Amino acid sequence: MGDIALSTDRLTVNFGTFCAVNNVSLQLKRHSITGLIGPNGAGKTTFFNALTGMLKPSSGWVMLDGIETTGKRPDQLYASGLARTFQIPRPFSRMSVLENVMLAPLAQRGEHLWGATFSSRKVFDQEQKIRQKALEILDFVTLSALVDHEAGRLSGGQTKLLELARVLMGAPSIILLDEPAAGVNPTLTNVLLERIEALNAQGTTFLIIEHDMDFIMSHCNPVIALSAGEMIFEGTPEEAQANTILLDAYLGAQASD
Amino acid sequence: MIGVISYLVFFTTIAAILAIAVLGLNLQWGNTGLFNGGVAAFFGAGAYATILLGGTPQGEHIGGFEIFYPLALAGGALCAGLLAWMVGLLTLKLRHDYLAIATFGVAVAFESFVRNTSVMTGGALGLRGFERPLEALIENPFLYNILFLLVVVLVLASVYVFLQKLLHAPFGRLLRAIREDETAAQSLGKNPSEVRLTAFIVGSVIMGLAGGLYATFYAFISPQDVVPTLTFQIWAMLIVGGAGNNLGALVGTFLIWAVWTGSGWCLSKYAPVEAQIYTGTLQYILIGAIIVSMLLWRPQGIFPEKLVISQSGD
Repeated sequence: MGDIALSTDRLTVNFGTFCAVNNVSLQLKRHSITGLIGPNGAGKTTFFNALTGMLKPSSGWVMLDGIETTGKRPDQLYASGLARTFQIPRPFSRMSVLENVMLAPLAQRGEHLWGATFSSRKVFDQEQKIRQKALEILDFVTLSALVDHEAGRLSGGQTKLLELARVLMGAPSIILLDEPAAGVNPTLTNVLLERIEALNAQGTTFLIIEHDMDFIMSHCNPVIALSAGEMIFEGTPEEAQANTILLDAYLGAQASD
Repeated sequence: MIGVISYLVFFTTIAAILAIAVLGLNLQWGNTGLFNGGVAAFFGAGAYATILLGGTPQGEHIGGFEIFYPLALAGGALCAGLLAWMVGLLTLKLRHDYLAIATFGVAVAFESFVRNTSVMTGGALGLRGFERPLEALIENPFLYNILFLLVVVLVLASVYVFLQKLLHAPFGRLLRAIREDETAAQSLGKNPSEVRLTAFIVGSVIMGLAGGLYATFYAFISPQDVVPTLTFQIWAMLIVGGAGNNLGALVGTFLIWAVWTGSGWCLSKYAPVEAQIYTGTLQYILIGAIIVSMLLWRPQGIFPEKLVISQSGD
């Protein structure tokens, strides 16, 4: 495995005549926590959607672990180790928190009609293991008291943690987080950050969209910025803070005049 | 007295057959969120195919293959599954009301097909020439009907146990996740198209099985039995009982069937003669009113879906 976990080459997404992502070439270093910033409407989420197969890029390529994956479906990419969370969380509302998390592992024997009908010892054992792991992960994200609650009744911040827990079940090598701290209270944000750091120390690569600059500046390196669909900056957090182009993109062109 | 018991046996037989179809719909709608507006087509496919496969030869008509009854019944259910497979592939991209409209169209087309393919289905006159299994051996019709009821109840119980098992397995969890949020499920490595198609086919096979038993019971099937009214009755049973809950589906079926037959009986006995011709219409209004009030005041049904929690399961 090379140093580059995920890369794009001149990735472009057009919606009709509107170009949401324009020729973005990015290389995501393995074991990094990369921050992706940019003003509203810059194309960050669209970029995520193109990376994870939810949108077909209009042109350009996506490579995962050195293998081209452009145009693959999200479920295929998840199986290759790429997982994501959503800007607006998508819990399975009328299911318990535990069920939400137990769904995530791949290759569950009991998910097939045959395996479910004639559930053997193997199916049962696998289910026990998944339950055990799900409980551990829910404990890791501090949701263990809520395992039997309906996911639709969690608070916004708890739902973000639930999404993280779901994603962790598959032990992905790359995790894309879309605004993990938005709408989450500072205490929970700190929990989230701790968990991200811990996973990163174990080798998981992160790409994080975030508007919270403290979050980006203190935990992400490098930082990448998109504006109007184009990549306008790539560098360390310190460089980002001193960069006038970036300031213009956020505050409007007058700011640096 | 024997008259009352005899009627109760008849009532329970039909209700139990309909309950099988309602369980099939519950798999599709209650658990997977597939809005099947064409229940009558899959019920009908099973009914017609069972009679065609198991019936006696009828002159120049196609059909009447005199196949051993259990195989004919299974063949009928499989035909319903085949129809579901084709419809499912064509409508994979449709969701919610669009799927409902498309499947409703399939049911209307199916009714029109059986009404006009006289050479096979007997057209508007329907299909006869079916000998009910073992009827020649049991001379007492009352006893025969009781035995038939037992068989139907046995099938119903098997379908119930089978579905409960599926829904408590990881398969059920997968269906519910697809129902709740397909995009999220796909981002977790699941293939929604495959899951939707599987649930659609399995649910339709169960509806086809119900159709086969229904046609066997009457030894007759006609286009009149597969009109959209049947689809609405089965939906009413599921909504009243509680979508997502198989026990609710059973209770809903018996309740709505009791209201349906009860109101028909009351109207024919007490309504003024001039109003008698409107009996059917009044029954539709009653069932419609029940669906609307349920959706307004208790949309989750009498027995709401239960959350699967960590202590239960396996």
